[in-house]
Amino acid sequence: MTLFIEQCLNGLQFGLLLFMLAAGLTLVFGIMDLVNLAHGSLYMLGAYFAATFSALTGSFVLGAILAMLATLLVGMVVEVVAMRRLYGRDHLDHVLGTFGLILFFNESVRLIWGPAGLALPLPGWLQQPISILGFQYSAYKFSIIVVSLIVAGGLYALVMRTRIGMLIRAGASNREMVGALGVNIKLLYTLVFGLGAALAGLAGLMQAPILTVQIGMGENILILAFVITVIGGIGSIRGALVAALLVGFIDTLGRSYLPDMLREVLSPAAASTLAPALSSMLIYLLMAIVLIVKPEGLFSAGQR
Amino acid sequence: MRNALMAAGAVVLLAAQPALAQQKSIKIGFVSTFSGPTAVIGNDMRNSFELALDHMGRKMGGIPVEVIYEDDAQKPDVGKQKTEKLIESDKVDFVTGYIWSNVLLASIKPVVDSKTFLISANAGPSQIAGELCSPYFFSTSWQNDQTPQAMGLYMNQKGVKSVFLIGPNYAAGKDMLAGVASTFKGKVVGQELTTWPSQLDFSAELAKAKASGAESIFVFYPGAAGVQFLNQYAASGLKGSVPLYTAFTIDELSLPLQKDNAIGVPGAQEWVNDLPNEQNKKFVADYRKKYTGLRPTYYGAQAYDAAQLINSAVVATKGNLSDKAAVQKAMEKADFKSLRGGFKFGNNHFPIQNFYLQDVVKDADGQLSLKTVATIVKDDQDRFHDKCPMK
Repeated sequence: MTLFIEQCLNGLQFGLLLFMLAAGLTLVFGIMDLVNLAHGSLYMLGAYFAATFSALTGSFVLGAILAMLATLLVGMVVEVVAMRRLYGRDHLDHVLGTFGLILFFNESVRLIWGPAGLALPLPGWLQQPISILGFQYSAYKFSIIVVSLIVAGGLYALVMRTRIGMLIRAGASNREMVGALGVNIKLLYTLVFGLGAALAGLAGLMQAPILTVQIGMGENILILAFVITVIGGIGSIRGALVAALLVGFIDTLGRSYLPDMLREVLSPAAASTLAPALSSMLIYLLMAIVLIVKPEGLFSAGQR
Repeated sequence: MRNALMAAGAVVLLAAQPALAQQKSIKIGFVSTFSGPTAVIGNDMRNSFELALDHMGRKMGGIPVEVIYEDDAQKPDVGKQKTEKLIESDKVDFVTGYIWSNVLLASIKPVVDSKTFLISANAGPSQIAGELCSPYFFSTSWQNDQTPQAMGLYMNQKGVKSVFLIGPNYAAGKDMLAGVASTFKGKVVGQELTTWPSQLDFSAELAKAKASGAESIFVFYPGAAGVQFLNQYAASGLKGSVPLYTAFTIDELSLPLQKDNAIGVPGAQEWVNDLPNEQNKKFVADYRKKYTGLRPTYYGAQAYDAAQLINSAVVATKGNLSDKAAVQKAMEKADFKSLRGGFKFGNNHFPIQNFYLQDVVKDADGQLSLKTVATIVKDDQDRFHDKCPMK
């Protein structure tokens, strides 16, 4: 039972982290109708900035805040310099343009920080295990859950309760009409893109101490973020949250229970070969099923 | 005048002919990882290989040495491509390096098919020790199973009753877990293989190990994954209740990042920086002098030995590398001063050697370093040599 609760916490933590990444992606996709493959690069930059700033300031929290601001800034600059050229064009042009940005960011990082990658060490108080519900759990993972929940709540309030949020929602439903009503859509786009970048940066810097800060770290996880965007419905924040949690739980629980279940029915050798392959496929199976049943995704942008 | 010039030209050409037949230089291809998070390992191997060449005056048997370094990016397909390039277009005399067993398994065929000698300076997959063994393959490291086998023996000595095994899902990971299970006398409660090299979050596996009730955990995670595993092991609260036993998880590259989390975690190894032989003392001292701020690892020591093995063959055959049988015979003698104090080759060209228990201690300058505690097993030969058809 403890194992199940602990794995659920792991799944929750992974899901919320994926939500940080997918939220920005789905906003940009839904509102600007822009396929942004370079979202993973912003995730990577968040991690590199955090490693650099926390080494400079000597404080993990301060480094994290500075890194988020820096990614926000980079995101806004990228929007103004590069993305504006891509609006209204074909999706294929978006893919081509943002893929170019991935190469640009990867090489820039190689030039600035070197090919080897960095480590983002945690402060001592986050390395100690804490006791929740009668068992020991990693304090850092727990703090990721807390921070992500706060950010998710803040994002919900921003999108549902503020004037900017109203414009964002309106933009996702009908862009032309929002522009026609005299809203400065350019500024809105820059803001939304910057927000998405900052969220990706936050995800990257929170994941950095668990994983390693390295070139190309965003590309693997970007695929997951796209899966979430598709499952949740393009442009829907709520859909992104539900889909991210689903993916997080399925990935973590699948990894921990599937091998045992397979061992019951198959020979140990076959099970140990099949289980890792199958558990990494589970989320794609989920996506396929969702696409068959609801091709628009769980929450399509209209009904948010 | 014209005739004279032509005659002179012909003489020059004639004079050049025998020089072409002889070796102008010894060409060595070196395939390792020089980009990504495990590039530190490749760099350490290159540093040690370069140091070995420095110690030889950058000549082997009086012939200058040329090394071509290639980056495999830790990917089998890239490693194979780079190896083929070294064989086909650079026409190297020897290929060495290879950190990763899956890269080596993908790359070995084009090398041995072209009758070029391959010296693995790290990877030692069981397949190559057994049925895939080749007269053109040599190892200056170990067969993958050997080191964890030694760890299993140590765990028996400590009276450990049960263990949970965790490792990466690729050729070496499978060998390592099979290795420890083959010598460990207690019960293997469970085993987890993780996606390699992308998975660095081990929370699900650690939670399962905790829930299994195993008395101990054995783990194999080289490079950056080892840092993450050890840190997450400490953060999960298992440290102190479920002791950890390792192979290739703590070394001089990962230790500065693992810091205090590595203290009290034993590992097995065939080379430790404090092995008390003259050549090793010189190696460690010169390495630290040449590459300030860095310390050599077992990866480097094995690469240094690979350079020495090649040198011994070139010297013994007086640079006549076209006589493959003679080169092979010379290498089989392992006639050089190994940094681990000497070893001999088994029938499958893998070393028969000692394995030591290493521990993390604070050294004289207050830095964490590795130290030999005991010899776990003497003159150990891998358990696949019977399957190799070479006698």
